Amino acid sequence: MKPAPGIMVKGSASLDGAPLFRPLSLSLEAGCWTCLLGGSGVGKSTILRLVSGLPTEAVFEGDVTANDNIAVAPRVAYMAQDDLLLPWATIEENVQLGGRLRAEPRCKQKLQDILARVGLSDHAGKRPSELSGGQRQRAALARTLMEDKPIVLLDEPFSALDAQTRALMQDLAVDVLRGKTVLIVTHDPAEAARLGHAIVVMTPDALIACPTPEAQVPRPVDDLATLECQAALMRLLRGQAA
Amino acid sequence: MSGGVNATFAGAGRVKYFPVLAATLFALLLWQAVVSLTGLPKFILPGPIIVAEAWLDNVAIIAEHTLVTASEVLIGLLIGVILGVITAVQLATSRIARVLVQPILVFTQALPVFALAPILTLWFGFGLWSKIAMAVLIIYFPVTASFFDGLMRTPQGYLDLARTMQASPSRILWHIRIPAALPSLASGIRLAAVYAPIGAVIGEWVGASRGLGYLMLLANGRAKTDLMFAAMLTLGVFSVLLHLGVRRLTRDLGRHGV
Repeated sequence: MKPAPGIMVKGSASLDGAPLFRPLSLSLEAGCWTCLLGGSGVGKSTILRLVSGLPTEAVFEGDVTANDNIAVAPRVAYMAQDDLLLPWATIEENVQLGGRLRAEPRCKQKLQDILARVGLSDHAGKRPSELSGGQRQRAALARTLMEDKPIVLLDEPFSALDAQTRALMQDLAVDVLRGKTVLIVTHDPAEAARLGHAIVVMTPDALIACPTPEAQVPRPVDDLATLECQAALMRLLRGQAA
Repeated sequence: MSGGVNATFAGAGRVKYFPVLAATLFALLLWQAVVSLTGLPKFILPGPIIVAEAWLDNVAIIAEHTLVTASEVLIGLLIGVILGVITAVQLATSRIARVLVQPILVFTQALPVFALAPILTLWFGFGLWSKIAMAVLIIYFPVTASFFDGLMRTPQGYLDLARTMQASPSRILWHIRIPAALPSLASGIRLAAVYAPIGAVIGEWVGASRGLGYLMLLANGRAKTDLMFAAMLTLGVFSVLLHLGVRRLTRDLGRHGV
């Protein structure tokens, strides 16, 4: 696979004539995790949808480009807060959904490798309703991996999980998505502090790039610099809300 | 009458046999009590025992006419469901079809189906096909409307996911929108099973030489009220069995809730 590209989002968006966000420029470094942090309604998800090529309610003026000048949208895999597993299909079928939708031949070996990596080998034939919330999110992660795309967009993927499962999923995601350009949208400062090679706080007026701790991603949950970073992000968010 | 009974069944969960049996027994007792207390003559309201006797005396005739009505209903159900499914898919995939066809569909539903019965008899004759046409007409809309509704309410997240996977609209339809809409189709088919016997019987009333509807008119005309009741109850039992059968067949369709 070709190395993951860096991505640049430049432009402004408006919703029903009112500006959603002012002209901004967001750079996603190649092969790194960029955390986009912000409150509800500032347009985080809009940016994610723009990168993935999905239609948005807001009108966007600007462009999304990759540093290798190849189109971005076809090289994106997407994972949301809702696991979006099809309830009528087995875990195996759900993980292979992309291939089925593109009428591609099945790749049994790759499927088994990926299910093993996310720890779901024993659950391949089950339906999503038979799995726990954490297992379902693993299945969604497996489906994202199966796409084998260099760019991965995560829309608050772990926010519905309990704290313990969330930390495990964060570790797993960093491990399996190594080398890909990842944009993760989150409203959780702790998540941003743990996962971001770059952390950007989004406000209605501007993007604020924040310093990141030195520890390697995924940073330990009890790392002092990470906790300080989390606190600083929280102060920044609360300052914005006030 | 059978429509009312079935309509309450339509929303119920698993049938429990004991309450059904108890309710049937209660209804029969109530019926007999009304007959005994009011002393109505049997050509106005025959009691359950007289009706049972009439049913046994005429079992061969009733069976023959039941077979006719059942064929009309089942063939009508099959054709109506197929046409409804095709129409719903067309409407869901084509904006032009929605603009052109949807208003016509709604308008045809504003016409009482009873009003069409004489015309259908004129076009399709006194035989089976005018009744089948009647049943098809009466169930086509509920099947189309419920399946179409399901097809248009695919959860947005699935569609977004499929789009990021570079899927074509036809494969999204086949792998996501149709499976997601199957529970809606199942409830449409269950409604259709309730309506189809009504359509067939209306057709038989307007013009027929066979079928339970015809037998009821015939018996009524000859003041054989007990036979009319026997035919009517047979129709009721058939409708309930049809509904239960269809519900069983569609159970797997409706199992996954989206």
